[in-house]
Amino acid sequence: MLSAILLSYSFRNLMARRLTTILTSLGMALVVFVLASSLMLAEGLEKTLVETGSADNVVVIRKGATTEVLSGITREQAAIVETQPEIALGAEGQPLLAREVVVLITLQRRGSDKQSNVVIRGGREQSLRLRPKVKLVEGRLPRPATAEIIVGKNIARRFKGCGLGETLRLGLREWRVCGLFDAGNSGFSSEIWADVDQLMQAFRRPVYSSIIFRLNKASEFERLKADIETNPRLTLEVKREAEYYAEQSKWMAKFLRILGASLTVIFSLGAVIGAIITMNSAVATRTREIGTLRALGFRRRDILLAFLLEAALLGFLGGLVGLFLASFLQLVTISTTNFQTFSELTFSFALSVKIACQALAFSLIMGLGGGLFPAFKACGMNIAEALRAG
Amino acid sequence: MILQLKLLFKNAFRRKFRAFLTILSVTVALLAFGLLQTFIDAWYAGAEASSARRLVCRNSISLTFPLPLAYRDKIRQIEGVEAITYGSWFGGIYIEEKNFFANFAIEPHGYFRLYDYKIPAEQKERFLRDRRSAVAGRRLVERFGWRIGDIITLRGTIFPGNWEFVLAGIYSRGTVDLDESQFFFHWDYLNQALKKIMPHRADMVDFYIIGVSRADLTTEVAQAIDQTFKNSLAETLTETERSFQLSFVTMSEAIIKAIQLISLVVILIIMAVAANTMAMSVRERTGEWAVLKTLGFGPRKIIVLILAESLIIALAGCIIATALTFPMVSTFGRTLRNYLPIFRLKREIFYFYLAASFLVGVVAAIIPACRAARVPIAEALRRIA
Repeated sequence: MLSAILLSYSFRNLMARRLTTILTSLGMALVVFVLASSLMLAEGLEKTLVETGSADNVVVIRKGATTEVLSGITREQAAIVETQPEIALGAEGQPLLAREVVVLITLQRRGSDKQSNVVIRGGREQSLRLRPKVKLVEGRLPRPATAEIIVGKNIARRFKGCGLGETLRLGLREWRVCGLFDAGNSGFSSEIWADVDQLMQAFRRPVYSSIIFRLNKASEFERLKADIETNPRLTLEVKREAEYYAEQSKWMAKFLRILGASLTVIFSLGAVIGAIITMNSAVATRTREIGTLRALGFRRRDILLAFLLEAALLGFLGGLVGLFLASFLQLVTISTTNFQTFSELTFSFALSVKIACQALAFSLIMGLGGGLFPAFKACGMNIAEALRAG
Repeated sequence: MILQLKLLFKNAFRRKFRAFLTILSVTVALLAFGLLQTFIDAWYAGAEASSARRLVCRNSISLTFPLPLAYRDKIRQIEGVEAITYGSWFGGIYIEEKNFFANFAIEPHGYFRLYDYKIPAEQKERFLRDRRSAVAGRRLVERFGWRIGDIITLRGTIFPGNWEFVLAGIYSRGTVDLDESQFFFHWDYLNQALKKIMPHRADMVDFYIIGVSRADLTTEVAQAIDQTFKNSLAETLTETERSFQLSFVTMSEAIIKAIQLISLVVILIIMAVAANTMAMSVRERTGEWAVLKTLGFGPRKIIVLILAESLIIALAGCIIATALTFPMVSTFGRTLRNYLPIFRLKREIFYFYLAASFLVGVVAAIIPACRAARVPIAEALRRIA
């Protein structure tokens, strides 16, 4: 009962000074927005790259190469890897394996003269079978042994020459876009796919970048890994596809989180000061009220609680608004260069329950941080003096 | 006059705690802006330091594709080309991935001609003589505690294997803001090794850097170079060093722009809270202004008093922010120097501080001041009764 009175007292007080409340909450809301959006960005990046890799697939790249782009696998090495008995077979009895070439090309953005690096992947039909997420949405698949390409939906929209029916000039040849594909919220949606032999010929590249295959049984991974990595004729590294892509988000996700945290800390200082000012003047203008409450029999503890509640409410309100605003960011996709792979990647902000809780908890802490000092000031007042105050 | 000044300061700091908080929030907002701007400047620093007389030539497909070494002599023959050097991004890892720093294989004679690095003469000579040696920037050497003569091993990511270098020299920047955390070694050393282990990758370079005799010739020279290699197996893309550097920055521009936008809004809100507080303290004292009016202060004088009071608070915030900016920027610069090697304060920031705090002071005071100047004495006095 008592707490209900206190709660409504706190709430009405905030309502009574609307402009100040709105300004203070807005300050906190924006800090929460900054915190939530940077966490959501890092989360979205990780989510996209985690979704790119499949747990059943295995990636083989050259030892020491951190990405497919830097890797090189000779035809002889590829032939040895292909003989591994752990590799699964497809419906026609062919191994579910693809030798692929991955290179970066610089493309012009649409509507500006800015450039970015885009991944172009050379594969075969098995490449598609290994990535069931990749689905053709428009046009058709490239005919074998032609300079035809299919383009991920995120790239088709953003880069010149990448729309359906358009042509790209690469390696002294014209490449016709014959289809568009969608790989959902995965990194493949930011790639261009072509025929592996055509690509190697055009770029005069004698080596593959990676070998992708599926395992018969997932439990055989460790044995296969040991087999390939200890073979002195192969200087190769074996990774699960899921892990390989997850690693590519590590550096940048960390960077985004650190950046977001530093910005948040700096801005929260400002917001907390704002809250202190607001709460402090709330206490100052209500000295008489506090005296009256005390005279009515409310204890010091109740006064402390009332003001802390008011401050927490102020913070929480800000937190809710900030989170509400940030939740709209889920509709936004960001297209930027992943420093680790040096290539364009499109991903969207992703909100998770954990992020929402973190953001709201932070807003409460900010509110309480701002209310602590004024609340103690209020509860420490002498009844007689408070009643006498102007 | 002195009496009025006294009144001014007494009023401004009547509520010490509130005045202190208001000043502090102006300070925090300004500091946040200063730090942010310096951070963004640091992001663009590479482009700022580039010379208008240097061109960068690379494979038009993308930076990961090399160019034949044979292009060097053809480029040299183009009119306006004064100096040329070439090199490759080595991308080696020192012990662990988190120790990242930029390392390049370069042709040293041309490189030292084109870039104003300061290296003691005997160190430079030692480097030029020994093909297995390397030079490193002052900051990089400090970071890992290297000494001249140390053997440094890099694990290749692009070029497989472990590569050993002898540290022959330490460079520092000359007059221009060059990055002091890079590592250079002889391209010849890399090439000799490649000839043995991966012959198809030998005699290829990632980029040429070209010095042009006059700044106004850069466009023509760049076009002439690209024209020379048009329809060849490796077509080139030649641009000024500045736009080359900027192309790296613009790749991650989306994030930078977002940070900039959000930060500006937050700073504005903090400022608005501060302005609101200042306005509040003027409103609270309506009765006092009436008393002053009764004593014979004209409306103009009242406005000046209120404006000045608010400006004192705002400018105090500005002064504290200015004083704190130096230690703050140097602390952040030290923490971030492995990521952003050039982290330097610009003088323009202080002009902004001054303008912003002046604006906050005026905006906060203007409405309550006009109201206080206009309010009829009797009404204002009645209100406090």
